[in-house]
Amino acid sequence: MPRTPRLEFRDVTKRFANPRQGSVVVAVEGVSLSIADGEVVSLIGPSGCGKSTLLNMGSGLDPASSGEVYVDGERVTKPNRHVAFMLQKDLLLPWRTIVENVELGQEILGVPRGERRDRALALLAKCRLPDFVHHYPHQLSGGMRQRAALARTLAVDPSVLLMDEPFSALDAQTKMVLQQDLGRTLADTGKTALFITHDLIEAVALSDRILVMSQRPGRIIEEITVDIADRDNPMRRRQHPKVAAYVVQLMNLLQIEQAAA
Amino acid sequence: MSVARPAMLQLGVRRMVVASALLFVIFLAAWQWLPGLLGIPPFIIPSVSLVWQEFLHMLARDRLLFHTGITAMQVGVGFILGVMLGVLCGFALGMSPTAEFVLSPYILALQIAPKVAFAPLFIIWFGYTVYPKILVCILIVFFPVMINVLGAVRALDPDVVRLAKSFTANRFQVFWKIEFPAAMPPLFAGLRIAATLAVIGVLVGELVGGNMGLGYLLAFSEGAGETAKVFVTIIMLTLIGIALYGIVVAVETRVLHYLPSRARLAI
Ligand SMILES: Nc1ncnc2c1ncn2[C@@H]1O[C@H](COP(=O)(O)OP(=O)(O)O)[C@@H](O)[C@H]1O
Ligand SMILES: [Mg+2]
Repeated sequence: MPRTPRLEFRDVTKRFANPRQGSVVVAVEGVSLSIADGEVVSLIGPSGCGKSTLLNMGSGLDPASSGEVYVDGERVTKPNRHVAFMLQKDLLLPWRTIVENVELGQEILGVPRGERRDRALALLAKCRLPDFVHHYPHQLSGGMRQRAALARTLAVDPSVLLMDEPFSALDAQTKMVLQQDLGRTLADTGKTALFITHDLIEAVALSDRILVMSQRPGRIIEEITVDIADRDNPMRRRQHPKVAAYVVQLMNLLQIEQAAA
Repeated sequence: MSVARPAMLQLGVRRMVVASALLFVIFLAAWQWLPGLLGIPPFIIPSVSLVWQEFLHMLARDRLLFHTGITAMQVGVGFILGVMLGVLCGFALGMSPTAEFVLSPYILALQIAPKVAFAPLFIIWFGYTVYPKILVCILIVFFPVMINVLGAVRALDPDVVRLAKSFTANRFQVFWKIEFPAAMPPLFAGLRIAATLAVIGVLVGELVGGNMGLGYLLAFSEGAGETAKVFVTIIMLTLIGIALYGIVVAVETRVLHYLPSRARLAI
């Protein structure tokens, strides 16, 4: 018998009513997917195809119009402590120091002060920010801020991490460093993640599987298993000769060449 | 560089303080001698030494400190109540778009209405007591505070609220951990404006009616044609305003210590 997936979407559809035009936008349609424990899955697709919409339903912030979302076999109807998300924006609170920002989730969940501080400091050390714990966000670079956001996400010890283009605002070098940090951290902690990205190489470098979505209404049109070693070392993995073939396959699926012609 | 920068800054600060003090001395000297040189009589502009003498006289004979205390008390009470009301309404309207929509025409009307015009009305209602003065003060302080808090709640990035909610924050936690601290910088900008308006509110109330406070002294001195007394009273009113403003700035530097220094105002 297979184990319960960490995250599961069953035939999920999301419609948005547009009251001004009286029309209805179908953002995603009939999406089913399943992510096993410890798996890292990337979601790619043209912009506006409903990737963020899927993630919002996974976090329990927005309800699905039809279909169901499950985390650890439990139906998701509202935000819960088993899912945590991370966006392109770091969303660090400017009035809190870095360590206080990392503690936010645990604080809301009622974790005792000493315990959450210890955990936050340990995570900041792991995310290579030990010297900046008592700094304010504006004193950090974009890459450091995004690392702090990752620590904040991990601090609540979620079953599933939902990440919506977390590195897309960073410069190319910083991005590679953070991918490496994320790859290591996910492997060390054995966390399960759904990772949205526009960057095809990033998808190949970080994930076990890649789901490709169609234009709106978004559906999953292809599922690709990335069969390359070193998932815990994205820096080495992106140098692997097989990467190019995966990227070409993704380009074809997304019809990127047709769009450019 | 880490050593040179603060040292250079300090040097710059010292130079600015010296320049500021120098300017003050020049100002006092001009006040003392310029009117005489230009042939302006003392009942139009009394010299600074005359005003100082008058100040000492008023301390002894006109219960100047008592009247200043009364005005300061009304300013303090009116400011605190007005700020509390403004913060309360700002958050309430910010959180309820329906309430804001329904109430916005009335708020706008009251916002545009010259608040000082209410002073005679409040005197009809409450007589020559401290209440009309405090009430005008509350009314005039209320708006800049409310508008700034409302704007802050509106301007808050919804994704920050969603982040808190994703950590299972309830309504109160969203308010206390996100909305309230996020409103602090605009709130203090509103408090700076309110601090200067608070004195105006009380003063107008006192000018319209009563037998206490600096506004009363001002009207009385004007009636008696005692220009030096008018000057003393204006200075005392200004000092009350400066004290309140100073308190606001002092609290602000404590509360908003996290802001990068370039984001804070110098005065
Ligand atoms: N709150 C909303 N109200 C109305 N339409 C929305 C809303 N959120 C998203 N949409 C629409 O749903 C579609 C998918 O959006 P999104 O999930 O953000 O796309 P992606 O993240 O893949 O770029 C878009 O066409 C967008 O306009
Ligand atoms: Mg998106």
